[in-house]
Parts: sequence; structure tokens; C-alpha cells
Amino acid sequence: MTDLLNAILQGVLLGGLYALFAAGLSLMFGVMRFVNLAHGDFIVAAAFGALLLVDMLGLPPLLAVVILVPAFAAFGYLGQRLVLNRVMGRDIMPGILLTFGFSVMLQNLMLEGFSANSRRLNAGWLDTASLPLGPFQIGFVPLLMFTTALLVLGGLGLFMSQTNTGRLMRATSDDAQIVGLMGADRRHLFAIATAIASGVVALAGVLMAIKTNFDPSSGPIRLLFAFEAVIMGGLGSLWGTLAGGIILGVAQGLGAAIDPGYQILAGHVVFLIILVLRPQGLFPRQRP
Amino acid sequence: MTMTVAMPGRLPRSVMPVRLAILAAVVLAMASVPLWASGGSQRLLVEFMTYVALAQLWNLMAGYAGLISIGQQAFVGLGGYTLFSLAILAGVPPLLALPVAGLVAAIVAWPTALVAFRLSGPYFAIGTWVIAEVYRLGFAQVGALGGGSGISLPVGLVKTISADRGTRDSIIYWITLATCVAVIGCIWALMRSRLGLGLAAIRDDEVAAESAGVVTRRLKLQVYVICAGVTGFLGALIFLQKLRISPEVAFSVNDWTVLVIFMVVIGGIGSIEGPLIGCLLFFVLREQFSDWGSWYMVGLGALSVATMLFARGGLWSLIAPRIGFRLFPVTRAAPRRASSEG
Amino acid sequence: MTILLSVRNLDAFYGDFQALFGVDLNVEAGEVVALVGANGAGKSTFLASVTGLLPTRPGSILLRGANIAGEPAFRIARAGVAMSPEGRRLFASLSVEENLRLGATGGRKGPWSLEKVQAQFPILKEKRRQGASELSGGQQQAVAIGRALMANPDLLLLDEVSLGLAPVVVRDIYESLPAIRAAGTAVIVVEQDIGRATEISDRLYCLQEGRVNLTGPSRQLTRDQIGAAYFGRARSAA
Repeated sequence: MTDLLNAILQGVLLGGLYALFAAGLSLMFGVMRFVNLAHGDFIVAAAFGALLLVDMLGLPPLLAVVILVPAFAAFGYLGQRLVLNRVMGRDIMPGILLTFGFSVMLQNLMLEGFSANSRRLNAGWLDTASLPLGPFQIGFVPLLMFTTALLVLGGLGLFMSQTNTGRLMRATSDDAQIVGLMGADRRHLFAIATAIASGVVALAGVLMAIKTNFDPSSGPIRLLFAFEAVIMGGLGSLWGTLAGGIILGVAQGLGAAIDPGYQILAGHVVFLIILVLRPQGLFPRQRP
Repeated sequence: MTMTVAMPGRLPRSVMPVRLAILAAVVLAMASVPLWASGGSQRLLVEFMTYVALAQLWNLMAGYAGLISIGQQAFVGLGGYTLFSLAILAGVPPLLALPVAGLVAAIVAWPTALVAFRLSGPYFAIGTWVIAEVYRLGFAQVGALGGGSGISLPVGLVKTISADRGTRDSIIYWITLATCVAVIGCIWALMRSRLGLGLAAIRDDEVAAESAGVVTRRLKLQVYVICAGVTGFLGALIFLQKLRISPEVAFSVNDWTVLVIFMVVIGGIGSIEGPLIGCLLFFVLREQFSDWGSWYMVGLGALSVATMLFARGGLWSLIAPRIGFRLFPVTRAAPRRASSEG
Repeated sequence: MTILLSVRNLDAFYGDFQALFGVDLNVEAGEVVALVGANGAGKSTFLASVTGLLPTRPGSILLRGANIAGEPAFRIARAGVAMSPEGRRLFASLSVEENLRLGATGGRKGPWSLEKVQAQFPILKEKRRQGASELSGGQQQAVAIGRALMANPDLLLLDEVSLGLAPVVVRDIYESLPAIRAAGTAVIVVEQDIGRATEISDRLYCLQEGRVNLTGPSRQLTRDQIGAAYFGRARSAA
């Protein structure tokens, strides 16, 4: 019984990481109706970035965050402004195919740069530290992941409700055309959204690097996890994304408890079941 | 985005018989290959034609029905595993199992589509991928089919096709050729029919198409299921030739989806010539750049990105206006307004 | 008086379909101009062209002498053009107050602030925290106009504000016009109701199948004249 509860607990904490994976995807789709198929590969790129910074500069892993998050945000802003804005529009195909091509490019560039070996970021004492809670041991890293998810989602929520830019983004998902009438430059707005999403991606990547093994081809499965969390949680809802992440984490945890080979499959199956029974997700806020 | 390339000149209707004659000649030449070509060349051509067929099918779904699937590998693998299951577990002759595999893939595609169609746009694309992953992980659990490491087709079964390897290769070659020609021919005929016009309308503007009376959801479902069936047939054929199947290869997104998408996109989405050109280009490039390893894939990815930014109709959209001749015309001339100058 | 908006020979297209043919129209600073016409005459198309929602050939629309045709909508908005769109087009998932605040995104200075707009339409203060989609039609119209006023525009465009509303409600809305005009804003009012249009405006234009076929001071045009132009029975200019 304790094992079962422990599996659920670990799954909930893992859900925090999945929610971080999903937050950027959810934001970009909410504001721009756009999905970046290279999303997972960017998370892996951030992980490799953290690896580089820690190995080359000897920085503590969490400090790598301070460098990577703004760097990725800047890259996201420029990428949206210069490239992605050109494939925004009613036709979704160019965006899908472009980011698909980009995903393959990124994976293979990382393969050339880092080889196919599986890596993990050595976080020293963080890796093994844990807090006792009754019969359970809560690892520092999983706790960090979950807390970060809460902070990021909470921060995003505040941004969306309290700042004018956040209001503009919410307005864009309601009626993108009229936002221009308000005097807001949509190109800039989209780029800000992508910048924020990219910053969160960087954060998620560093945490992932500490938590699990990764290699250049780990990107696509992260995209799938992010996607499943978003859909299960419900489009347009930030806290729904957290719920979706938790469900995914718990499903995977329970699957792994039955048999380690079932871990990812269990997540997929639960996702499909929810898609069939409640396609709008658990806490939907917008029409897809 | 408009897919159709306008014909610059006005060619007489009598050119169609010429076109058909050329195509027939090409098909006959291709059919003669097993009689004179080496085994290696023959297998290369089988691979080429397989990809041409897969690309045409993906183009039909994405370029015409607006269904961008990143999960077609689900049906390639399903077809392959159905063949192996029937042959190994039920003793069905492999050649007979081929069409059954296609049928099974089509049947499975129907509930698959009902689930996947709950999503739209980019989420539909990712959803098809998730489903393919479920198939992959599922088949890896089936011990009777070799689990995660896969299984080989027993020699005895293989020999029931023919005791001689050369004959077996020729049979597979001709089946592949026939499939490829049938796929292209059917798609061409479809595109010239009223149904094809409906599909093109869906591609251009789904809402407008629906209000014009096109039953979009049913049409998309039919396209999805039929493409899945033929893809399953091709998958069975692929693994019949490979003689060995494993979940990782059967459901490989890189082999059966990434390459196919690149071929269609770079060659030219939305036309029949485009995927053909894309396949040709891919095979030529592969010979040239095979030592480049990952840089080759980076290049393909970059070409795809460039195509979406600068020439969405792909290579064909750049070539077609210059040569003024279409191999597989599907456009219709707009009706002339009586009072206009022309 | 200075000419604020000058429209010369404006054509507008939706793809291959031409909706406006050589439209000429002027608006002077501080005046109220009515634009009438039947459904499909091109009134909303005209407003879409002015606001930049519909791409236009440069040179055909001048604001204070500077070209705005072909400019992106957000630049035209920042230059001082605001609109209450047809159908209101409020941001449904935002509250009333958030909708109003968004109107001020362009950052233009002027007499209209949140307090002043709420004073003009008290219902906006009362319902400020409610979701915009929960309000009645008339209340939503007030939000749409208030949102446009928050931009402190030099030119305000009101597109069919009376559509679907009870006459009492419509009267309340139009009663805000004098205050708007007093603040120095010029207004183009698109209306299907000819009587109300002549009542509230200084000058009137009539559109019919994409062409201006009547224009003149509102008080001097007779109902017969306007009616004829509205339905295309005669072509005349007063």
C-alpha cells in the first residue's frame, strides 16, 4: 500500500515537471493557435546547454538557469519575429511543417554536437537530498520541480490577469483581429508570448537535465508529454495544465509500479481514454 | 494557400493520349526491370516505389484533405505485424496475407480516426503520433511476436512464395510496381473527379466547403481510412521483403514519416508530380551524401523550413511554370465570363 | 474647419470581389458624419478599410494629410482612429473593466479616462468586474463604445450600434454623442435607420452597392432623396 501511495506521490511531483513542459506549449497555442513541433527538442537543447555550462564553466546547475532562461527568451522573441510570424495565419500547415523540419534539424545538430550518448546533469548534493514525510522520502529535486511549476504557473497567471500585455494576450485568443484596433502590434505580442514560452522551456530543460537521462533524440517524447498534459488538462487553462501534468505523472507512476516497461504506455493509454470520454479536457476554458 | 499551378499555355486536348502513352511506356519499362537489372538495383527501385506510394498517400491526406498526420507509421507497422501474425501464427501464405494486412489496417483505422478526429490542426498531428506510439509499445509487449526484439519470417514460409530468391524478389518488385501505379492512378482519377474537387475545396477552406455542401467529416474519414489501408498493405510488403520485423523499425517515425513528409514538402505538396520529384531528389541526394550522417538530415530539415518560408508549393511549383507541361493535370480552367475580354 | 479624414477614390476588394468603387468622403474635425445604406452596400467594408482591417492601396485614405491606407491596423489606431465594430466584438473572456482598459493600449492622451468613460456610461462602473459576455446587448454596446473612447481618438467610428437593440436603449446610447463631440472627437456613424442618422449627424453620405450616390448636409436632404439613394432609384448629389 505504501508503495502504491509512494508511486502516486512521485507521480504528482513529476507532474510538476510535465506541467512545466506543457506551460509553454499551452501559452503559445492559447495566444497564437500555434504549436511548435520542435518544443520538446528545445527543452533538450536547454538541457544540453545546462550541461555545457556546468561542465565547461563549472557553474552550479541552478545558476545555469540564470543564463539560459534569458538567452532562450531572447532567441524565442527573435525566432518568432523573424521567422515564425511569417507562417502565422489561417492555414496551419506551413507552421506545422516548418517547425517539424526545425525539430529534425535540431535533433541532428545536437547529435553531431554531443553524440548519441545518454547524459544527465550531476547536481551534486541535490541529487540525493530528500525530505522525510511520514513513511515517504520526498526527493529535493522532485520537490523543486513541483514548486517551480507552481511558481511559474502562478506567475503566468498573474501576468495574464494583471498586466496590459497579459490582457492583450488573453484578448488575442478571444479575437485576434480586434486586438490590432486597440493599438497593439500583434507581431510584437506574438514574439513576447514565444519569448515567455521559450524561457519556461529553458527552465524545464535544466530541471529535466537534473532529474532524468537525456540524449539528442529525447525531444519528441517530451513534446508528446507536454501535449498530453495540455489536452487532458483542458485548453486555455493554466491550472488545468498542472492538473493534466499530474494525471500524466501519476498514470506513468502507476504503470511503472506494475511493470517498468509500462510506464510511458500507461500515460498514453490514460490520455486516449480521457480524449475519448472528455475531449475538451478536465478544465477547458477556450474553444480549440 | 493555393496548391494548383496554372497552366501557362493552352495545350490541345489531343495531348492527353500522348501523355498516357508516355506514362504507359514508363510503366512497361519499369515492369521489365526484373528481367535485366541486378538484385541490388531492383531492391533500390522497390524502396523507391514504396516511398513514392507512401508519399502520394500522405500528400492525398495533407495536401488535399487537410489531414496532417505524423502517425502513418502506425499503419506501416500494423500491416507488417498483421502479415507476420497471419503467416507465423495462422499459417496463412504470405502473398495472401498481404491484402488481408491492408484490410486489417483499414479496419483499425476507423476507430483510430474517431479518436484522433477529436483533435484538430496541430494537435491532431501530434495525436496521430501518440497513437502510433501506443501501437509500438503495445506490440513490444506481445511475446508471441518477439516482443521488443522482434521476429523473423521462417525460411519455410518464405519459400512458399517461391523456392528461388530471384523469383521472390521479382514477385515483390511487380507487386510494388502495381501498387505504386495503382496508387498514383487512383489519386489522379480521384482528383479529376467531383470528389476530388470537394477535397480540394476542403483544403482551401473547410468552412466554405461545408457550406457549399461538401460533407467534410465523412470525406476526411474515408480518405484517412483508405490511406491507412493502402499504407498497411505497403507495410506488409516492406516487411515481407525485409523478412524480419521489430517494433522499433515497424513503427519508426523517422523511416516512415519524417522522410515521407520531407519528400512531399520539398517536392511540392498538393500536386501529384511534387511527391514524385521529392522522392527522386531524396534518392539522388542519399547516394551523394550518405557519408554525411546527421548533417544530411539537418540539410533536409533546412530545405523543408526554406520551402515553407519561400516556396510553399515546393520544387514543383518552381519548375512547373517554366516547363508549361503537366504530367498529371488536375486543374480545371475557370469558366469564361461572357462579357469579359478574356 | 480642418479636414481630419480625406478618402479619395477608394476601392476595396475581398479577394477578387470588389466591394467599394471609387468612394470619396471627407470628415472635418469635430463633426458627425452619417453613413447610410442597405445591407451589403459596403458600409462595414468602408470602416474596415479606414481602420486597416482590410488591406487598401496606399494613397486613398489620408488622416490629417498623412496616408493611412495600407498601414497595419495598430498604427492607424495609434494615429487616432478608434471603432466600435459591428457586432461589438468584445473580448468575451475578459471583464468589462479589462475590455475598457485594453482600449487605452495605444497610449494616447486625452479627455477620456476610465473614470470619465464610466461617468458617461454608469452601467460600466456597476458591472465592471463582470465578464463581458454576460451583459445585455445594450450594455455590451456601451462597453464597445467606451472601449473605443478609452483610446482618446480624433476619429470615432460607430458601426451599426443600434443593431438588435431596443429603441429606448439606442436612444440612451446616442445621447452620449454630444459629450463625445464636445470632447473634440469627430464621428462617423454607420446606420441603417435613416431617420436617426439625419437626426444625429451634420452631414450624410449614402452608399449603394459600393458607390456613394448621395451626400449633403443632413438637415437639407429630404427623406425621399435619401430613400431613393438608399435603394438606388436615383443618382443625385445635393
